[in-house]
Amino acid sequence: MSQYVVQRLTERFPDQILETHAFRGDDTVVLKRDKLLEVLRFLKEDAGLNFDLPVDLTVVDWWRKKEPRFEVVYHLYSLGKGHRIRLKVPVDEDDAVVPSSRAVWAGFDWYEREAWDLYGIRFEGHPNHTRILLWEGFEGHPLRKDYPITKRQPLTALLDGKQE
Amino acid sequence: MGLDTTSMGGSFVGTKLTEAINWARKYSLFQYPFVTACCGMEFMATACSHYDISRFGAEIPRFSPRQADLLFVVGTVSHKLAPVLKKVYEQMCDPKWVVSFGACASSGGFYDNYCTVQGIDTIIPVDVYIPGCPPRPEAVLDALMLLQEKIQNAQLDRRSVG
Amino acid sequence: MSEIFIETVRDDGTPDDLGSVPMSLQMGPSHPAMHGTIKMRLRLDGEIVQKADVEVGYLHRGFEKSCENSTWTQVFPYTDRLNYVSPLCNNVGYAMAVEKLIGIDVPERCKYVRMIMSETSRVGDHLTCVGASLMELGAFTAFLYAIEAREEIWRLTEEVTGARLTHTYVRVGGLKDDLPPDFEAKYRKVEKKIRSLVDDILLLVDRNRIFLDRMKDTGVMTRERAIDWGFTGPCARASGVAYDVRKSHPYLLYDRTDFDVPVGTTGDNYDRYLVRMEELKQSLRIIDQCFKQMKPGPVNVDDPRIVMPDRDEVYGSIEGTIQHFKIIMEGIQVPPGEVYSYTEGGNGELGFYLVSVGEGKPYKCRVRPPCWNFMQAVHEMLEGYQIADIVPTFGSVNMIGGECDR
Repeated sequence: MSQYVVQRLTERFPDQILETHAFRGDDTVVLKRDKLLEVLRFLKEDAGLNFDLPVDLTVVDWWRKKEPRFEVVYHLYSLGKGHRIRLKVPVDEDDAVVPSSRAVWAGFDWYEREAWDLYGIRFEGHPNHTRILLWEGFEGHPLRKDYPITKRQPLTALLDGKQE
Repeated sequence: MGLDTTSMGGSFVGTKLTEAINWARKYSLFQYPFVTACCGMEFMATACSHYDISRFGAEIPRFSPRQADLLFVVGTVSHKLAPVLKKVYEQMCDPKWVVSFGACASSGGFYDNYCTVQGIDTIIPVDVYIPGCPPRPEAVLDALMLLQEKIQNAQLDRRSVG
Repeated sequence: MSEIFIETVRDDGTPDDLGSVPMSLQMGPSHPAMHGTIKMRLRLDGEIVQKADVEVGYLHRGFEKSCENSTWTQVFPYTDRLNYVSPLCNNVGYAMAVEKLIGIDVPERCKYVRMIMSETSRVGDHLTCVGASLMELGAFTAFLYAIEAREEIWRLTEEVTGARLTHTYVRVGGLKDDLPPDFEAKYRKVEKKIRSLVDDILLLVDRNRIFLDRMKDTGVMTRERAIDWGFTGPCARASGVAYDVRKSHPYLLYDRTDFDVPVGTTGDNYDRYLVRMEELKQSLRIIDQCFKQMKPGPVNVDDPRIVMPDRDEVYGSIEGTIQHFKIIMEGIQVPPGEVYSYTEGGNGELGFYLVSVGEGKPYKCRVRPPCWNFMQAVHEMLEGYQIADIVPTFGSVNMIGGECDR
């Protein structure tokens, strides 16, 4: 990960950045949601940054620990420059929406669907905004901290005398 | 084995119809490998040269449930997959047997969570359970022999004669 | 008598004289070529795949939720079952992520052992992938050879770890045990056998006309598309992306070993096969150098808060008992923070994103599965090709259910 990236971002989008920090060599930039797509495009297309490889997209649920409740976490890597960056976008539970980055990197397509499936974050503008690991009709989002680990929703009838 | 070749001077074979049918069945098991997860790797090992399941007459996998009489449920079954498993089981013709391969299929294993079926015996009847995560090939062969014993000792009813 | 003509047009507007209409076909999830966990909804124009819609999730078994309810050490068995063809790579990846979070460095011998074990695991992974896809193409003998070679590796790793497949060998801050004393001699025998079996496989298929015809120019993924989809590992390298974590960002002691990264040119099935076969040999090369470089020494860090005490101490001293009790009952206390640690798994960049709030359990344990990217892009590698090409293409991307669906 690289300090240079953080510096470039702070110069270019001073009003979009809430916070930056580094822990164990991982540079993190906490961003506002408003111009997220613009920032992502800049990261990909700027010749000096050139983040061409979408690495990971996930969500952290800070239920009863932090406000706002969710953080959408992006990890990006540049094959040419060899640097990495972590972006975090805090979103509220009542307004759990972020713009979809599908148009910037095709590789975040399923990652966003997974984040919707397991955490219930909506990605505005995603072309196929459906559940992916679980099935349509599943109630709730199981990786939220308030979803009980053993709450099962069977699709098949159980045999007589059997229970889970 | 119920064949009695010694009586009557060995000139003919005397047995009961039940035992003859069961004997034929136990050595010509056509298996349907319902392979989902890690156990599939051990299943492959059992089927290949080192352990060679064909020594027990069960080497030919049939990937159509209609041609199989032994369902090997190999690996974790999630609630999303459960209807598929049930359908495959229902499509198999009688007589049919089910082997639950590994801890996940038998009990859910250590995946006691929102998406894993806690043992396939909650959905379909099971004849033999194989413990282990994943089971060693020796355990699989042992289970197969257990099943053969079960088949040999089975009572024929009208349904299973076909 | 009157004749009925059904006049149909193709998608591009030209008339279709044969009067064929596109057919929908559902492949999987319980289909031998779909590895039991993938469903494809296909739209076919004769033999040509027009559209492929891939559905995953049939092996989703709640990896993350289970990890959040386990101590840091208890997560190791779950990582075994992610990419269950190369479990030791996952073990090492996760251990390194926790170590990065704590901020410790493991002894040199431990690093060498981890390298040796993850490379043997990688050899097994590639053998399984190549063998299974050959079997799906009808080359059953080659499959038997590959599995025989893998069996040798498993027997060897079983002597070290105690398990054939799900090893749970690595620990935070070290290993379960050092290698057994006669390990190198045994490995040399196994290596010889693997090399001869691999040569046999190559003899069988390398100049086989049927094999070449089915593998060449099918399932092509271009370099640009591969990067956009986030490909890593052998599939990306076959498309010409020269990215290998071991080379680009050396972890453990990979910078002390000399090995080549094979890169393909066209990104078709044949390239993926060639890359895997070459990587397999390079892995053996790395192991060879590790044996030459490694020296005796400790394999665990000297920190009683992280590493379990010896058996004798647990039963013989009160400090040992307390230390053992605390690690087992409360888990290793990991300082609050978050890290993303990445290693080269069997299928590509295997990343662990861990969040700790300073407890004995991970607050979040996310794995970045390389297979996930292949599966979201596999429709591009299938559309426009024949239905029979699905089998080699799907086989050569090496989808592992446990890792893809988690």
